[in-house]
Amino acid sequence: MAKQPKQQKQEPSTTGHEWDGIQEYNNPLPRWWVWIFYATIVWGIWYTIAYPAWPMIEEATSGYKGWSTRANVAQEIKAAEEANAEINAKLVNAELSKIPQDPELMAYSRSAGEAVFETWCAQCHGSGAAGFKGYPNLLDNAWLWGGTLEDIHYTISHGIRNEDDADARFSEMPAFGEILPEDQIEQVVNYVMSMSPAYEPKDASLVEAGAEVYDINCAACHGPEGKGMESMGAPNLTDAIWLYGGDYAAVKDTVMNSRYGVMPPWQDRLEEYEIRAVATYVHQLGGGQ
Amino acid sequence: MTSTEPQAPESLYAAREPIFPKRVTGNFRSLKWIIMAITLGIYYITPWIRWDRGPNLPDQAVLLDLGSRRFFFFWIEIWPHEFYFVAGLLVMAGLGLFLFTSALGRVWCGYACPQTVWTDLFLAVERWIEGDRNARLRLHRQKKLDFRKARLRVTKWTAWLLIAVATGGAWVFYFTDAPTLLVDLFTLQAHPIAYTTIAILTGTTFFFGGFAREQICIYACPWPRIQAAMMDEDTITIGYREWRGEPRGKHRKAEGAEELGDCIDCHACVNVCPMGIDIRDGQQLECITCGLCIDACDEMMEKVGKPRGLIDYMALTDEERERAGEEPKPVIKHILRPRTILYTALWALVGVALVVALFIRPEIDMTVAAVRNPTYITLADGTIRNTYEVRLRNKHGEERPFRLTVKGHPAVRIQLEGTPYQTVKVPADSMLNQRVYLQAPPGSDPAKAERTDVRLWVEDISSGERAYKDTFFNGRAN
Repeated sequence: MAKQPKQQKQEPSTTGHEWDGIQEYNNPLPRWWVWIFYATIVWGIWYTIAYPAWPMIEEATSGYKGWSTRANVAQEIKAAEEANAEINAKLVNAELSKIPQDPELMAYSRSAGEAVFETWCAQCHGSGAAGFKGYPNLLDNAWLWGGTLEDIHYTISHGIRNEDDADARFSEMPAFGEILPEDQIEQVVNYVMSMSPAYEPKDASLVEAGAEVYDINCAACHGPEGKGMESMGAPNLTDAIWLYGGDYAAVKDTVMNSRYGVMPPWQDRLEEYEIRAVATYVHQLGGGQ
Repeated sequence: MTSTEPQAPESLYAAREPIFPKRVTGNFRSLKWIIMAITLGIYYITPWIRWDRGPNLPDQAVLLDLGSRRFFFFWIEIWPHEFYFVAGLLVMAGLGLFLFTSALGRVWCGYACPQTVWTDLFLAVERWIEGDRNARLRLHRQKKLDFRKARLRVTKWTAWLLIAVATGGAWVFYFTDAPTLLVDLFTLQAHPIAYTTIAILTGTTFFFGGFAREQICIYACPWPRIQAAMMDEDTITIGYREWRGEPRGKHRKAEGAEELGDCIDCHACVNVCPMGIDIRDGQQLECITCGLCIDACDEMMEKVGKPRGLIDYMALTDEERERAGEEPKPVIKHILRPRTILYTALWALVGVALVVALFIRPEIDMTVAAVRNPTYITLADGTIRNTYEVRLRNKHGEERPFRLTVKGHPAVRIQLEGTPYQTVKVPADSMLNQRVYLQAPPGSDPAKAERTDVRLWVEDISSGERAYKDTFFNGRAN
C-alpha cells in the first residue's frame, strides 16, 4: 500500500522568491497531474487541427476530419428516413379507409402525424387542433368538407380555395351585402340564428320573413333545412358550431361580406406518407367519421 | 529583493509499494472461502435459473429486460413506473450497510464486496502460479526477465484474463435470455453492445483485481470515508491487544524475556494483510477488516504457546476494559445499542413497506392524462366533450379485456376513440394508449359547471380486478 511520505523535520521549501518578506511555499502538482496537463495541451493542438477551430475572415478552418453539425443532422435525417422507409411504404400503399384497423399503422401515424401537424398545421389550427376563429376546430364532429379519412386526406392534399389546383375544394358564398337590401339580410340573419341550438334570434319577429329570404337565396347551398352541403363546403347552420362566431354581428358580417377561408395545398410540400400520417392523426382526434 | 536558496521540491507523491500477501489458514480464511464460493456462485448461476411465466413472457428467473423495460425477479415483475421498488431496495441496501458497519465495522468490505472477492480470487491464482509471498517477492525483485519469469507472468495474466472474461461474460446474461445469448456470443451473432460490455468489464476486472487491488478501496471507493461516521467505540472491529502485546520483541531465552509482551514481532499479521498495513498501529482507513491477520496471529500464538486473540475482533471499549483488568462486555451488548436498533427498525420498516406494496399492487394499472389543450370542445349538437389520454397496463401473461367506466355525475358519459364499445383489449404484458372522451349533453350541470370531479374506473372483465384514477371534467364556465 501507499505509505505516507516521511515527514521531514525541515522548513518547507519555497519558490525562492520573496516580496516584502513574503515567501511562497513550493507546492508542486502531483506528477500524474502534470502529465495530464501536458497531455491536454497536446490534445488541444490536435483538436484545433482536426476540428473546425480557427476563425478566418469568411469562416473557421474546417479541420482535417471534415466534421460538421449540418452534415451530421442531414445524415441523421437520412438514417431516420431509411429506418422508416418500410412503414412509410406500407402507409402509402394501404387503403385509406383500412388504416384505422391496422394497429401498427395507427401507432406510427399517431406519432408521425403529430409531428407533421405540429410543424405545418398548428400555426392555424392550434397545437391542440382546437382551431381559432376562422380556422376550423379539428376535434369536433362538424366538417365543412367531410370528416372521413379520405375527405381529410383530400383536403390536406389539395387545400381550400387553392386557385392553382383545379381539383381543390372551392366554396363560393356570395357577399349578399351587394345583392340583398339590408332589411332582408337582417331578417335572414335572425332566421339563421333561430336554427342553431346555441343561439337565439335577436329579433324573433323577423324570423318568419327571414325564412322566405333564406329559401330563395340560401337553401340552394345550405339546404332547405339548413343542414349544409359537404360537396360545396356549405356549413350546417343547425349545429352549435360557428367557425366565425354565431352571434348576430358575426352572422350578419358573414352574410354581408362572405368569408372566403383558405387553406394551402400540401401535396407538393409534403411527402405522401406525411399527408397520410397527418390525415390519420387528425381523423383520430375525436371528430373522424 | 532577497532570494532564498532554491531547494529540491519535497515530493508529495508516494509510489505504490506492491503487496504480496502470504497464504494463511484459519477460521476467517475458511469463512472467506465459503463466502467467496457463495457470492461467485450466486453471480454465475443466477442468470441460468429458469422460471416459467407462460408463453408470452421470458422464462429467465432474473432478467433486466432493458429493451422492453421490464425487470423480472422470480415471481415479481417490475415495470418502469414501479421503479420505486428498486429505489426502495437501494434504500434498504444503504440502511443495511449502515447497520452492519455500525455493528460489525467494515464486514461488507472484508467479506462480500466484489472488489474484495475478485481480488481474493486473483490473489489465489497468483499464489497458485507464482508461489507464496517469498517466491513472489523474489520474482518481483528479480530484475532480469528470464524465461521462467516471463512464463509465470504470462500464465498468471492469462489466468486472470480468463477470469475477467468470465466475469464480464456472466454480467451480460442478466440482460437477455442467457442460453440464447451464449450461443449468439460464440457464433458471433450477439449484439455489439454485448461484446462491448464484456470487453469493458473484462478490462476493469483484470485491472481492478490484478493491479489496482487495494488502491480501489483506499483511493477510489467513497465508502471507507462514510463508514468512519458509522462506527463508534462499540463497533466490533479488528484490534490489537496492545496491553498484552507490548513491548513487542523476539522471544529469546535470553534475559529480559519476561518483560516483553506477547507480540513476538514476527510480522505474520503484516505479511498476510491484503491492504499492506500493520494492524498493530491501530484502526486505519485502509483496514477492510478481512480478519486474515487474526488467523495469522492466532497460528503464531499457538506455536509459541500463548493464548489466541492477540489480534481479535473487539470493540474499542473492550480494549480499555481489558487494560484495566475488567471483563469485556459481551458481544451482544455491543451490537444491541440504540443506533443499531434504529437502523434495524428503519431497514425493517422500508422492507415491510416494500413487501406490502408488492402484494397490494394491482395487476392492472391505469394513468390518466387530461388533455387541456383545449380544456373542452363543443360538438355539433352542443355536447361538451373533454379528452383524456389514458394508458392501460396489463401485467398478465395473456390478453385481457378492459372496460372503462366513469363515475361522478350521471350526465357525464364515456366514449372511446376508434370503437363504439367501452371495452378494449390490452395485449399481454403491455401498455395500450387509448383516447377517451367524456361528454356532457348541452344544458346539463357538468356542461355548464367550470369543473366536475369524476372518477375513471378500469375493470378487467375476465378477472374482475379494478383500478381507478380521479380527474375532472371541464364545462363551459360562462
